[in-house]
Amino acid sequence: MLNDWSYVAIFTVISMFLPAAAIAIASFLAPKKPNPIKNSIYECGVETVGATWVQFKVQYYIYTLVFLLFDVEIIFLYPWAVAYNQLPLFAVVEVIIFILILLGGLLYAWRKGALEWV
Amino acid sequence: MDFLRDPYTFVANRFQEFLTGLGLAPEWVLFISFLTGAFILATSAMLLVTMLIWIERKIVARVQDRFGPNRVGPWGIFQSFADLIKIFTKEMITPTGSDWLPYNLAPVLAVSAVLTVWAVLPFTVTFYGVNLSVGVLFVIALGAVGEMGIILAGWGSNNKYALLAAFRAIAQLISYGVPLAITMLIPVMFSGSMALNDIVLAQDVWYIFLAPLVALIFFVTNLAEIGRAPFDLVEAESELVSGFNVEYSGLKFGMFYVAEFLHALTVSLIFATLFLGGWRGPGAVEYPVLGIVYYTLKTSLVYFLIILLRASLPRFRIDQMMAINWKLLIPLSLSLLMLTALVYRLVFTQPHIVRVLVLLAVNGIVFGVLNLILARVEKRNSRRPLVAEPRPVARAESISSNTPVE
Repeated sequence: MLNDWSYVAIFTVISMFLPAAAIAIASFLAPKKPNPIKNSIYECGVETVGATWVQFKVQYYIYTLVFLLFDVEIIFLYPWAVAYNQLPLFAVVEVIIFILILLGGLLYAWRKGALEWV
Repeated sequence: MDFLRDPYTFVANRFQEFLTGLGLAPEWVLFISFLTGAFILATSAMLLVTMLIWIERKIVARVQDRFGPNRVGPWGIFQSFADLIKIFTKEMITPTGSDWLPYNLAPVLAVSAVLTVWAVLPFTVTFYGVNLSVGVLFVIALGAVGEMGIILAGWGSNNKYALLAAFRAIAQLISYGVPLAITMLIPVMFSGSMALNDIVLAQDVWYIFLAPLVALIFFVTNLAEIGRAPFDLVEAESELVSGFNVEYSGLKFGMFYVAEFLHALTVSLIFATLFLGGWRGPGAVEYPVLGIVYYTLKTSLVYFLIILLRASLPRFRIDQMMAINWKLLIPLSLSLLMLTALVYRLVFTQPHIVRVLVLLAVNGIVFGVLNLILARVEKRNSRRPLVAEPRPVARAESISSNTPVE
């Protein structure tokens, strides 16, 4: 078990290292001739007005909320899915009721217009 | 003979014997062999990308009745290497006011999130990085890390276009993450394990026959997750300049493309693992080297399908895409999950053929009902006809019927 996770840790480090190394090599090979015009940020040929880190459109927030709801629910379902082969029919019906409640929630969000792209 | 039967185990054992022979402690032997194995696997995955780019360009060119790359080497096979050399010598411009850490971390995270999935993929019965007990969850979690790379790219580059594109990309990716996670429950449910090699071992019948609709949803969702056409709104040139990567240039920009191509291959591998039986095939357990062949064939099939879809389908509008996800894929996948769980529980003790037939019938019924519902929705939402009512028009015959003017 510990060996599994240490392999994953080593692999993660290597998979971060490889692209980082490639970018490092490229930064040695590539020319570096910056000037203010070249480095200016892209904006239709004019200066950007105001701060670039804008807060934009509440709809994204609502999507994220609904997503969070579903993601947590699915995390609850994974242990059930692993144990599925040993569970009695009763447990399966219980999970179906759980999912039905969630579908009700989705329907509510739908009717309230939370899923519309406005 | 042993080498031909299972080259991976042969080489790995020889390597470990060699290290032990040097007088190293067992922990160090394990560490060095892990390090070497991981390094070789990750590097070959990265190198594979150059071939993938060539294959993709060639196939898309054929679809569009062109030749594709054909100058560098036979059939243009070295084209990608030429591009690689070129992109390594391109200047990497850093825009003024960009946030150093997110800006530089983003391309690295984007690649590493995809690459790390390879640690848990089973290539043959013996050749896999690790048979992680939470493999499926690990794959989903890494998808979230890839999303992190995109939002960092948009946030760090100090550009409004990039930020807006990153918002949209994240909205797309997290939304499609929901049906992805739901559909990945089904193979876990059938096999009773989250470890990918155990899922492959449990697939006496390919799960695509037990749950064809779920496999379809999984495929569509993955198309959206990798940001390919018809869901390539992550980089919609026509509306968002280029997407979250406007301010990137040189190899940092290239890394996002490496990530995209590698992601396309990785989801093909995962699809083949979860639904097409992975490395399984006749003789794959006795001769593990055959497993690689079967796995490659199945993966190529899925990958080819992804490229074909990219070459032939137009792009969705963003509101259509979100509607497809929230109003079609999520309710459908949840209903399929409930139905499959219930029906499979009831036919659990039956022989394989009965299970397959019953579940196919259930899927067929769901598909029929879905078609009826979609047809009704289509009818209700159908557009006003563009052709106007017939109006009186001056025609030759109507003029001639009038009394002729003297």
